[in-house]
Amino acid sequence: MNPAVRCQNVIKVYDTGGQKVTALNGINLDIAAGELMMLVGPSGCGKTTLISVIAGILDQDEGSCEVFGENLLNMRSRDKLNFRAHNIGFVFQAFNLLPSLNAAENVSVPLIINGMKRVEAERKAITVLEHVGLGERWTSLPSQLSGGQQQRVAIARALVHSPRLIVCDEPTSALDHETGRNVMTLLKDVAMHKDRTLVIVTHDARIFDFADRIAEMDDGHIIKVKDSR
Amino acid sequence: MNHIALKMLMGDKGKYLGIVMGLTFASLIMTQQPAIFLGIMSRTYSFISDVGLPDIWVMDPKVQFVDDIKPLQDTELYRVRGISGVEWAMPMYKGLLKARLFDGRFQTCNVVGLDDATLIGGPPVMLEGKIDDLRRSDSVIVDIDGARDKLGKPSPIPGGKPIPLKIGDSLELNDRRAIVVGIAKVTRTFQSQPVIYTTYSRAKSYAPRERKLLSFVLVKAKKGQDLAELTRRIRETTGLAAYTQEEFKTLSFEYFIHNTGIPINFGTSVLLGFIVGAAIAGQTFYNFTLGNLMQFGVLKAMGTSNWTLLRMILLQAVLVGSIGYGLGVGLTALFGFAMRHTILAFKFPWQLLLFSGAGVSLICVFAAVISIVKVIRLEPAIVFKG
Repeated sequence: MNPAVRCQNVIKVYDTGGQKVTALNGINLDIAAGELMMLVGPSGCGKTTLISVIAGILDQDEGSCEVFGENLLNMRSRDKLNFRAHNIGFVFQAFNLLPSLNAAENVSVPLIINGMKRVEAERKAITVLEHVGLGERWTSLPSQLSGGQQQRVAIARALVHSPRLIVCDEPTSALDHETGRNVMTLLKDVAMHKDRTLVIVTHDARIFDFADRIAEMDDGHIIKVKDSR
Repeated sequence: MNHIALKMLMGDKGKYLGIVMGLTFASLIMTQQPAIFLGIMSRTYSFISDVGLPDIWVMDPKVQFVDDIKPLQDTELYRVRGISGVEWAMPMYKGLLKARLFDGRFQTCNVVGLDDATLIGGPPVMLEGKIDDLRRSDSVIVDIDGARDKLGKPSPIPGGKPIPLKIGDSLELNDRRAIVVGIAKVTRTFQSQPVIYTTYSRAKSYAPRERKLLSFVLVKAKKGQDLAELTRRIRETTGLAAYTQEEFKTLSFEYFIHNTGIPINFGTSVLLGFIVGAAIAGQTFYNFTLGNLMQFGVLKAMGTSNWTLLRMILLQAVLVGSIGYGLGVGLTALFGFAMRHTILAFKFPWQLLLFSGAGVSLICVFAAVISIVKVIRLEPAIVFKG
């Protein structure tokens, strides 16, 4: 069976003011469908660059990265946008909710991007908010919610359009220990199923036990992949 | 996505109001200052508009504008009357004379002498009395603004408003008595002197003795007569200058444009207002986009196309532009309405709405374009940078 994500010899070099920095130096990684993969490692090791390449929001310089059998690098820009809009959900460290939209409106954004009518999208968003325990708070603005609640809204937003891949960048870093674990429990309970893959970039050792596998990175390489099931 | 764009715009009330205020200010400056400019410039030919009836004005060829009087001999009137295509031709005296007022003060007035028989060229609106009253001896008609202000009697209370001149009051013009028989409404002139109407023969008696006293010959063309052809014929036959009413207005207007500092003073003020307004509104709108860059990045990462983001920014720009423009133009109209009875010159034609609309649109397009470029160049990977 084909993996959900297959990275082969992925190289990414940044040019920072004339100085070349190799962020990814020949990454090879397969992630199976239904798997929760964590990317861990010190700051600057290339985790975020790798997750950006996997999510199709950054092009690698060399190598290939196939997501659900599609080589994103070869895709036309329009097709890549459509691919992201339908197949990928995002959860960010700083939540990145739109501050002037209420919870339901924030959650409905991916559906609206995919062409759904606003009223219908918001109705569906409220249903998903109920799944993450915020059904009562759908009218609240992000500023009226706690950090944990905002992250739950962000998770609902990542799930609402039923993507096959969810990428999370440090989803618990801005949260305290208990809230962080609650968010991970929610993510695992609500988001995980056999057709959906989660890739989580984290520093937070307290949540490593939620992973199926952990890929440890350093200096643009994957130095170890540990099965923690 | 339009709904999201509008919510993003109005979510931060402070920034939203800042952009709208900037555009309101720009729009206000771009309409109010030109409206005053047009008001002042329209006064350069307001006398010609007020006279109204004649088709053609005949005068000395050296005349540069309506107040630049170079008198003609009375015989010129008869030469003009003899030209084919002329329905009628009437004399008009126009000159600045000093009036001695009730309390002994002197006031320079614009004295207009009308044809004794027909009184053609009289004031456009009579407020009190009748124009025919000019047929009475020593009679004059004064304009309401002059009667209320410069020709008024001093107030018995120190610092109080003058007591307006009224029918029956008298003043002296060149040691000759003039009795007010009517009060008229005239359009203010560039020099804003009081206007006194009387008959041509009486005006000549008020004026200092000169060989030539005829200021203009007012001509009405026969029905169906080509005005351009008739003016050419008058010029060729008499050697005088002949202009249609519109041509004479343009002559006066252009004299002030080319020979006074008014256009450059107002032009500078409008330009500065435009630059300041554009800078405030453009900068605030650009800062608003910069402040929302992460949000645009999130939308881009989630699959929103550049075209959709462009439409969102344009919608935001069009909305703030329309509101700012509406408020600015509304404030200008209110200003004009509030000042309608004052000496302030103000003219607000529809063309000015187009001008300021184009100005505000330019600001919005500029601000939107630099914002759009920033968003289009935005790497969606920015969303993972803290």
